[in-house]
Amino acid sequence: MAKTKKTETEQPLRKGGLFAYAPAPESPAAAGEIATSYGHFVGGEFVDSSGSEALKTVNPATGQVLAEFAQGTEEDVDRAVKAARAAFADWSALPGSERAKYLFRIARIVQERSRELAVLESIDNGKPIRETRDVDLPLVAAHFFYYAGWADKLDFAGFGPNPRPLGVAAQVIPWNFPLLMLAWKVAPALATGNTVVLKPAETTPLTALRFAEICRQAGLPTGVLNIVTGDGRTGAALTAHPDVNKVAFTGSTPVGRAIARQLAGSRKKLSLELGGKAANIVFDDAPLDQAVEGIVDGIFFNQGHVCCAGSRLLVQESVQDELLDALKRRMGTLRVGDPLDKNTDIGAINSAAQLARITELAEAGEREGAERWAPECELPGAGYWFRPTLFTGVSQAHRIAREEVFGPVLSVLTFRTPAEAVEKANNTPYGLSAGIWTEKGSRILWMANRLRAGVVWANTFNKFDPTSPFGGYKESGYGREGGRHGLEPYLNVEALDV
Amino acid sequence: MSETAARIAIFKTYKLYVGGKFPRSESGRVYEVTDTKGQWLANAPLGTRKDARDAVLAARAAVKGWAGTTAYNRGQVLYRVAEMLEGRREQFAAEVAAAEGVGAKKAAALVDAAIDRWVWYAGWTDKVAQVAGGANPVAGPFFNLSVPEPTGVVGVLAPRAGHGFSLLGLVSVVAPAIATGNTVVVAAAEQAPLPALALGEVLATSDVPGGVVNLLSGRTADLAPTLASHQDVNALDLAGAIDPEGPGAAAALEAAAADTLKRVVRPAADPSAVDWTAAPGTGRLLSFLETKTVWHPMGT
Repeated sequence: MAKTKKTETEQPLRKGGLFAYAPAPESPAAAGEIATSYGHFVGGEFVDSSGSEALKTVNPATGQVLAEFAQGTEEDVDRAVKAARAAFADWSALPGSERAKYLFRIARIVQERSRELAVLESIDNGKPIRETRDVDLPLVAAHFFYYAGWADKLDFAGFGPNPRPLGVAAQVIPWNFPLLMLAWKVAPALATGNTVVLKPAETTPLTALRFAEICRQAGLPTGVLNIVTGDGRTGAALTAHPDVNKVAFTGSTPVGRAIARQLAGSRKKLSLELGGKAANIVFDDAPLDQAVEGIVDGIFFNQGHVCCAGSRLLVQESVQDELLDALKRRMGTLRVGDPLDKNTDIGAINSAAQLARITELAEAGEREGAERWAPECELPGAGYWFRPTLFTGVSQAHRIAREEVFGPVLSVLTFRTPAEAVEKANNTPYGLSAGIWTEKGSRILWMANRLRAGVVWANTFNKFDPTSPFGGYKESGYGREGGRHGLEPYLNVEALDV
Repeated sequence: MSETAARIAIFKTYKLYVGGKFPRSESGRVYEVTDTKGQWLANAPLGTRKDARDAVLAARAAVKGWAGTTAYNRGQVLYRVAEMLEGRREQFAAEVAAAEGVGAKKAAALVDAAIDRWVWYAGWTDKVAQVAGGANPVAGPFFNLSVPEPTGVVGVLAPRAGHGFSLLGLVSVVAPAIATGNTVVVAAAEQAPLPALALGEVLATSDVPGGVVNLLSGRTADLAPTLASHQDVNALDLAGAIDPEGPGAAAALEAAAADTLKRVVRPAADPSAVDWTAAPGTGRLLSFLETKTVWHPMGT
């Protein structure tokens, strides 16, 4: 850590040292005590795995091991599903107004402990404390508040009379927003009366395990929420378990596909939130400074580890030079380094594997003829880092324009007419999000209408809210999270016989 | 000269309905369709995988226009289908009676119910957006709106069983999909395709743009896997997938659909127990919709 900080102080923010920042690190001790090893959380208590295999989670900013945790076996998964099954009858029979109180309690405790959780999240994930503190944690609490309020109002949600919970929900979440993805999954599942077995990602299990403690503090009945840690093998065992009624997955499209195939014929309800390759479209009449902020926020927020990241910049040819100059200038001010420093804009890449993937795709971009640019900035010696990078001269056939990089890498393409922008934006099997920058209201609406994407941000980007449905078109998955729509994946809505 | 010979009836050659036209199958082949007692009724075209692909092309080409038309206009068109069907009640009653082995009176009631179902869905076209979408009260200075949009091309396996399956069941799966702006490729009930093929004649005279509804007869085991695996089909309604196993079985089709992450409506647990005269809910109507959420800052 000390080394990281030193590097940062030596790095002038602007040439000439204008606005040099002093280090402003958050104390790692605020994360609370991290145990040396963790078991699963099943039936209201932490239990050892039936197997002996343990995985390690590291601090991606230093490469140091934070803790060991259990690699969940099929037996572990079975035990957790049994606990969830046993808890289902009482939990689903509880009046909605009483179920809600547990969720309200959880929301409050998350708020009370948000500093601890934010620091722990930054340490385990590598994302800047500014983001965990100002984005992740407030949204986590807000999600529980929002869905708590639905628990006793399901009859009025518009899904027909007497909406019923499905049963045991198997939930597998990714590492990019560990606690927020947990909240997106757990809050609506519990509000609707389901019980849960959740598997956090194998590089970021710590906040989920800490969340288990919060459930205990909230007095949540035992077995209502169970957490089994492990890698993809554990996830596969969970989604394939015969006694789960619902599977919810957020992650890559290939894994989503495999789960959909696995569940074929099972009659289990499935919701998928998968990859994306969003176009962020800038017209010549856009407010350029605002657009630049939006582009930066779109692709460098959370190191670009965002499924809805604006990873393809589509800029109208007439303002390309002006915009790219402004964008490069802005990228030069981004501070890469210690995630716990409150001034850090871009933290650590989450894992060595992800860094290798980003590196490989960026190299493919160069090989295929796109021009690579990144601001000069020193990277810390230890840990996993990648400079904010942009590629110009990108064609639609390039891998960096087609594949999800899931890192701080922006591909720049150009267009001349709105119709061409729509054509290029939609030229992907993904359909999660899109951005539009123009001062012309009618053009925003015209574009928004034609973009095949589940979320369209106009003159803004990467905004989230518990009341606002989120989810994809096409191969970005199906089902929505957030809002009234987010209840449907967890309800046995009216029969489809007719 | 005063004696008149008994008139010889004119048989109808049934054809596929694809892209607003009535082609024969590219296979040049037909198969025999019988009533429930085994009496020959007609030769139906044996639609092939190639016919299914052609139909998907037609359906895809029709998406932009149909999804782009106003909801009011789509309602007018669906209501027009009901009007056209009303004028041909006797013909359809005879076809339904033969297809399902029910008496004339029951068949007539099923046709009436099918007409009324078109009217029900005609009324939904300009209401579903308010029921399924709306303003989201986000915690910030943003205008935030969710709107439902059609998924695109829907592959439909028409019901092959249940009370009223041959026409009423068909209408019950086609109308909700197109009411919201999708286009469909329908594999008609293999053993009883005549009401479906005749429905094409109604659609062709009902202001339904060519390609919005495409109707294929033939082996479901050929047509269904083609639709399930087709890259340009966005969703599947498996109402008529009742083979217990093989490529036409629901599980196999669902697995094939997973490759392109198609939205799938599964068949009823017991398709033969379905009563298509039961009042429809909004389940199918909402199944082939995507929710698009648009954000915009508010300020001066």
